[in-house]
Amino acid sequence: MAPAEIRNALASHPFLEGLPEKYLDLLSKLAFEVSFGQDEIIFREGDPSSLFYLILSGKVALEIASPGRHVIIQTLEAGDELGWSSLLENTSKQFRARCLEPVRALAFDGARVVALCEQDHEFGYHIMRRALGLVAERLRATRIQVLDVYSPKGVRAQ
Amino acid sequence: MSTASHAAAPPARPVMEPVPVQIRSVVKETHDTFTLTVAPPPGDPVSAFEPGQFSMLYVFGVGELPISISGDPAVRESLTYTVRSVGQVTYQLVTRRPGDYIGIRGPFGTSWPLKEARGKSVLIVAGGIGLAPLRPAIYSILRHRGDYNRLVILYGSRSPRDLLYRKEFAAWGLLPDTQALCTVDYGGVSWRGYVGVVTTLFRHVRMQPQETVAMICGPEIMMRYAARELEARGLPPAQIYLSMERNMKCGAGFCGHCQLGPYFVCKHGPVFAYPEIKPYLDLYEL
Amino acid sequence: MRRKSYRLDATGLAALIGRLHEQGYAVYGPRVDDDALHWRRIRSVEDLPRGWTQELAPARARLVPDSSGGLFHHWTCAEGLKAMLHLPLVRVMAARRENGAFRILHNPPPAAKCAFFGARPCDLAALAILDRVLLGDRYVDDIYRARRENAFLVAVHCTESAPTCFCASLGTGPRARSGFDIALAEFAEAGEPEYFAEAGSPAGIDLLEACGAQPAPPEMARQVEQACTRAAGAQKRSVNAHAAPALIDALFESPHWDRVARRCLACGNCTMVCPTCFCVNYEDRNSLDGQEAERWRLWDSCFSQSFTYIHGGSVRTSLKSRYRQWLSHKLARWQAQFGTPGCTGCGRCIVWCPVGIDITQEFQELQAAAAAAAPPRE
Repeated sequence: MAPAEIRNALASHPFLEGLPEKYLDLLSKLAFEVSFGQDEIIFREGDPSSLFYLILSGKVALEIASPGRHVIIQTLEAGDELGWSSLLENTSKQFRARCLEPVRALAFDGARVVALCEQDHEFGYHIMRRALGLVAERLRATRIQVLDVYSPKGVRAQ
Repeated sequence: MSTASHAAAPPARPVMEPVPVQIRSVVKETHDTFTLTVAPPPGDPVSAFEPGQFSMLYVFGVGELPISISGDPAVRESLTYTVRSVGQVTYQLVTRRPGDYIGIRGPFGTSWPLKEARGKSVLIVAGGIGLAPLRPAIYSILRHRGDYNRLVILYGSRSPRDLLYRKEFAAWGLLPDTQALCTVDYGGVSWRGYVGVVTTLFRHVRMQPQETVAMICGPEIMMRYAARELEARGLPPAQIYLSMERNMKCGAGFCGHCQLGPYFVCKHGPVFAYPEIKPYLDLYEL
Repeated sequence: MRRKSYRLDATGLAALIGRLHEQGYAVYGPRVDDDALHWRRIRSVEDLPRGWTQELAPARARLVPDSSGGLFHHWTCAEGLKAMLHLPLVRVMAARRENGAFRILHNPPPAAKCAFFGARPCDLAALAILDRVLLGDRYVDDIYRARRENAFLVAVHCTESAPTCFCASLGTGPRARSGFDIALAEFAEAGEPEYFAEAGSPAGIDLLEACGAQPAPPEMARQVEQACTRAAGAQKRSVNAHAAPALIDALFESPHWDRVARRCLACGNCTMVCPTCFCVNYEDRNSLDGQEAERWRLWDSCFSQSFTYIHGGSVRTSLKSRYRQWLSHKLARWQAQFGTPGCTGCGRCIVWCPVGIDITQEFQELQAAAAAAAPPRE
């Protein structure tokens, strides 16, 4: 992907919608294209969190497994973000990310994005506000999911 | 005393009297859900239903339950019900065999706004067993396909093994001007579809919100989220319809159990326009 | 239309009951049974509670001796006419197995002719409400209809109010205005009682005239009107039903409900004695050999937790939500559903509540809470 293409892709990604031009320029310099084949693992549980991805196409499964039990807890696709924990320091991945379809994404080194946030708090505010929105959305979805609404024995206090 | 719209002559058969009908088939849909087809007496009013309505199904000596009709309204010689085995009566229903008899009363309740939706696109949002009462609406739209614009069917379920009508669902997705997408709360290792709440599928829907009628049926929490989200996406609230569930013992407004604020779900519902029901949806223990 | 009104002496009154028997009616009246007044079969005037009156207060109903000489110097039976017409327990369906199938046995509702002698204006108002619910909607309750159509109603105006009465605020009494075949007012001051009798139907006219009733002098009608007006004015309790719908919507989450819930036992007495509470449940009964099955209908109460059960749980689990449902339905939602409040002001729920919860007081406290919460007027 040529730098101009990367910048366009960033500008049109929902996560960065409305981000001031100068910050798009800044992020364009950090972003690099990655692609994964079907069933390739993007990261594993326990991996140090380093990269943050904006998915451009394809479908990723976030999953967790123990013997006899394998659960996909969420699927992510074009327009979604993957690996937000890399925006926090000293964390590791809690789930495995596996490609259900071939995936193209733009990746950032989370530590470098955070360093930029520290240098320019206005930029940091833009990024963190988006990250908060993203986490809130994931949390909301998770809460509904744990309610197990489709099950006749769904979650109840009694 | 009686209002004009209700002034019709009382039905010949007392409303609480079931009609014995023979079961033609019992098809296993999932590990706990079965589809029963019964043969009502030819021409009996019990078989004339509108999509979204329900019948009261009676198991001899065991009890009676409201079950939505899940078959094609154009087929008058049989009635179809999709039943999830969650209690005594439902267990008895799904363990009947072809040739056995059950009793039915009805049909009862309001129906999906198929007339109002003519000329518009239709967005079906189903959750779990909620796809069953929507299936007659889908059949009706497919039968009169020219009357409607796009048809989008979004279906959320607990897990892949809980998905109903899988072959049929896949076939709907291949029809022109039709999208059929499903998502599950929890996927297994071989699942290639979506995992997430049903509202996450909205981003794949391509339709003009102003020209769309939405029909939603599923667990109440899911319906509340879906209706709110659709409203936020520009669907006029009056074009959103929901099918509600409450404890319905009689179907006829006598027993009082299914009251929801000013409504009896059995006769003012189960299908409500969103603005009618919205003030009551968020009230706890109403 | 001016109603025909008559004067009737004690012999004439006794003849009324006799004639009703001759016409094939099972005649019911307020009768002392089990230390209370109940609707029971009466053979003659002798079965009516002469010599007894009632002491009615929150959580208190007593029969006390009375020296007025009147037959109707009391108020309401413990139960409304609901108990006689919308039966507490009735079979709605029977079926029998036959050749692998089953056959519905036709189960025609009993169509006994019943006369109710001594119904109060609030009892009549309750029947009008039940008529709207069970006969005036989309579906008709055949069992109620058969009994209702065969009912002959002899009402008694209330020329005095009990402390628990609040019919005046709901416009249902103390004077009966409609819904009767005959309405009586008792004059028991001077020795042998005498009756002012209004005919509310052609059958009422025929019956009164056959019993030797004479046209009533105009001052008798005036006296009845005055006594009923006095009785209305003496009522200390009231409910402003017009204010109820907006109030209930505004105070749905008021802590007031939690306070009531601390006293309420969820016993359901109020719903049983309420003359308009119509909710029912259905039960299955089987013969031991499994060849016959029946469905029975029985009164149910919104105070039970199972009332709102849907697979997995109940909608109204907390006690406050169940009390709130009852009061909200009675006074507010009923108006949206059926065009009238579901309350007649008979006061039975106050009397028969074991802890004396008073619907009029609860409602007034809600109004006070709303007033306190409202922004001050300019």
